[in-house]
Amino acid sequence: MIRFEPRGEASAFWTYASPLLAIVLTILGTGLIFRLMGQPPLIAVYTFLVAPLVQAGGLAALAIKAAPLILMGAGLALCYRASVWNIGAEGQFTFGAIFAGGVALALPDAPGALVYPAMLLAGMAGGALLAALAAWLRTALNVSEILSTLMLNYIAQLMLIYLVTGPWKDPHGFGFPQTAMFQDGAVSLELVAGTGVHLGCAVAPLAAIALWVVAAKSMLGFQLRVAGEAPRAARFAGFSEPRLIWAAMLISGAMAGLAGMFEVAGPIQQLTTEISPGYGYAAVIVAFLGRLHPIGAIFAGLLLSLSYLGGQAAQIDLGLPNAVTGIFQGILLFLLLACDILILYSPRLRRAAPA
Amino acid sequence: MASPAAGAPSALALSGIVKRFPGCLANDHVDLVVAPNAIHALLGENGAGKSTLVKIIYGVMRPDEGAMLWQGEKVAVHSPAQARRLGIGMVFQHFSLFESLSVAENVALGMNDAKDRSGLRERIVEVSRAYGLPLEPDKSVHDLSVGERQRIEVVRCLLQNPKLLIMDEPTSVLTPQEAQRLFETLRRLAAEGCAILYISHKLEEIRALCDAATIMRQGRVVAHCDPRRKSAKQLAELMINSELAAPSRERKSPPAGVAPRLVVDGLSLRSPHAFGTDLRSVGFSVAAGEMLGIAGIAGNGQSELMDALSGEVLADEPGAVRFDGVAAGRLGPDGRRALGAAFVPEERNGHGAVGAMSLAENAFLSAHGQAGMTWAGLVNAAKAQAFARGVIARFDVRTTGPGAQARALSGGNLQKFLVGREVMQAPGVLVVNQPTWGVDAGAAAAIYQALGELARAGAAILVISQDLDEIFAYCDRVAVIAGGRLSEPVAIEEASVERIGLIMGGGAKDEAA
Repeated sequence: MIRFEPRGEASAFWTYASPLLAIVLTILGTGLIFRLMGQPPLIAVYTFLVAPLVQAGGLAALAIKAAPLILMGAGLALCYRASVWNIGAEGQFTFGAIFAGGVALALPDAPGALVYPAMLLAGMAGGALLAALAAWLRTALNVSEILSTLMLNYIAQLMLIYLVTGPWKDPHGFGFPQTAMFQDGAVSLELVAGTGVHLGCAVAPLAAIALWVVAAKSMLGFQLRVAGEAPRAARFAGFSEPRLIWAAMLISGAMAGLAGMFEVAGPIQQLTTEISPGYGYAAVIVAFLGRLHPIGAIFAGLLLSLSYLGGQAAQIDLGLPNAVTGIFQGILLFLLLACDILILYSPRLRRAAPA
Repeated sequence: MASPAAGAPSALALSGIVKRFPGCLANDHVDLVVAPNAIHALLGENGAGKSTLVKIIYGVMRPDEGAMLWQGEKVAVHSPAQARRLGIGMVFQHFSLFESLSVAENVALGMNDAKDRSGLRERIVEVSRAYGLPLEPDKSVHDLSVGERQRIEVVRCLLQNPKLLIMDEPTSVLTPQEAQRLFETLRRLAAEGCAILYISHKLEEIRALCDAATIMRQGRVVAHCDPRRKSAKQLAELMINSELAAPSRERKSPPAGVAPRLVVDGLSLRSPHAFGTDLRSVGFSVAAGEMLGIAGIAGNGQSELMDALSGEVLADEPGAVRFDGVAAGRLGPDGRRALGAAFVPEERNGHGAVGAMSLAENAFLSAHGQAGMTWAGLVNAAKAQAFARGVIARFDVRTTGPGAQARALSGGNLQKFLVGREVMQAPGVLVVNQPTWGVDAGAAAAIYQALGELARAGAAILVISQDLDEIFAYCDRVAVIAGGRLSEPVAIEEASVERIGLIMGGGAKDEAA
């Protein structure tokens, strides 16, 4: 029987070792599940985690899927440090895509130099707008942002479905639920010709670094951290709680909106009913796996991106359901939270109690 | 409930108790013998290991080494429930009572077995009468004064017929009169054969009450003595292992004609907390160079007053709080600090400081408005470091440096840092709530010395404290807060501890005995 004893203070070693241990355990656990599904576990794990990287175009695919995860994960990291629990990155991503897509569709003939920057701003504004709704509900009416952001995800998704099956549907699209393809000026620059690696793949790590500067070096980042660690100390220091909630929600919302904009301006190039395979939820895992550190979100984003690629590979090569991705992500978050006990507690083998 | 060997030489004997925590040895081969009829004092600075030791006796923690003899028999106590079965009771410094339940319900919740609960009301009345601890079993706890709440804890222990009663800092929440009443109860209990282990840092109290004392320092027992044969100064020096300088502060009455630096006028506030205390037209003023003490029992509006002064809660009228004549009632903490005010709240970790942050970051927490601390929205970390280093050096804060986490510091060291952080911003008005709460004698003396120097430099200082001795030793005038009302401040020379004690109890519904 293992007993956990308080360490007295947080262990710096386990703060960073815990996610690595969780990753190792998750790979073992995933291998076990492959085995239960009748697959040789080593080959299946190879197919899931290694093969996608070594095949042609694998790294490009990794970067493309990592871009939205890094953008959203870094934004959420800043937000969660302030103990503001924005679970609505998925909806804010969708709103960013709707706003940016709306600009692209509204200006079919304008030059790219005008349309593209307008889409960038509209995407961030869209994400921030949906987050602002939750921030207002929290600061004015004390509604838990966990519930409001979660529920707004469904509203955003239904609004997207309404638009692409209704007013924005492509009249020449044979009735498919999608808009017209964006004009050339509304499509992201391709950084490496023929790979699909788009501007967003470069912006994502740069944005994460910029958010790290905000988090670690700025007055705002300091205030957010104090508010998250000790709300009364924040009040004592004169930091306004509502203002910080607004800042955390608007920044993370804008980052999610930007991710949505890059996704529809890059890989998709139109609006459809399915623009995200749950990136906004995976970004929650990215934020925690990256230790609520915007730079950590870059590494965590790459791993979660790999889980999407691995899911596709497992589906194609092994005939396993695509749900493998969700299972991997779920096990990872579960084990990460479990391993985090090691930061504050040290395991001891229980001695037999004397009678 | 076994109580064999009533004639045994000791009720409790500990030998070679060792308890290690990560990074510190909380108890280092501690020996302690408590006689059956003794009121035995356990004395020591904060962090000396007293709390750890009594938690081991009461079964909250288990020792790494050492043996415990109870009534002459070797025992290992695994849990407080087992300790109670053995006949060991404990009254903690922080009560464990449910505010919304009645006295009898609270007592029932602390009983080991269901059978103990039959006829409980009658037994509460019986025991409370027998020991001079009047209690009404059906009253709700949130209607009771702190003194009455403590009686619930004591009665809860007595119902289990203890052979040893552990009291942790019991008088820190009592008026002098209530404390006297408690002492009578304890003396009666001791005479009936219930040993008392009494933890306190109030030396006069220990000299008056206890007949044996064990003094601890840094986890070790450094002396056993008879406190009645030692002076308070001698006891204090044993505790901190250095000679104490007597407090020397020239008192002066508020100079006539000097404009006061802090004026509070007709300040009324509803407490935002369900069981908080509303402030009722509080008014006073503090002049340059003056130290005003606000005495009172905990929970009579001190924290509400502190919040209203610091700007964490805004007053209804701008003129209710004025710094150097400027109406600040509607200003937040930043605005008030800009007027030259500074504050040290009661809670250190979580209010005055962020435990998980470094001392440099905690220095920045309240000094961020000082010149050069921020630049273009960025934190000037080097400047914050230098400022923290200055505080550490000038206030002799024992720590590894400005990078140390605040929660790694002992209570006294962190308090020195927090007071130093404000003093070094050279405020015109400094408000300090419970400056020496949970702080050892050495640090307390250093803190009051710093406050005295600041006053001499022309600042107005307001000290809110439960420690009457301190107020009488250091302040120029004293007022009492009771039930959210403030008494008229009087000069220390014209005040007496008895008179102030009576006013302190006046607001509480506490005159049953």
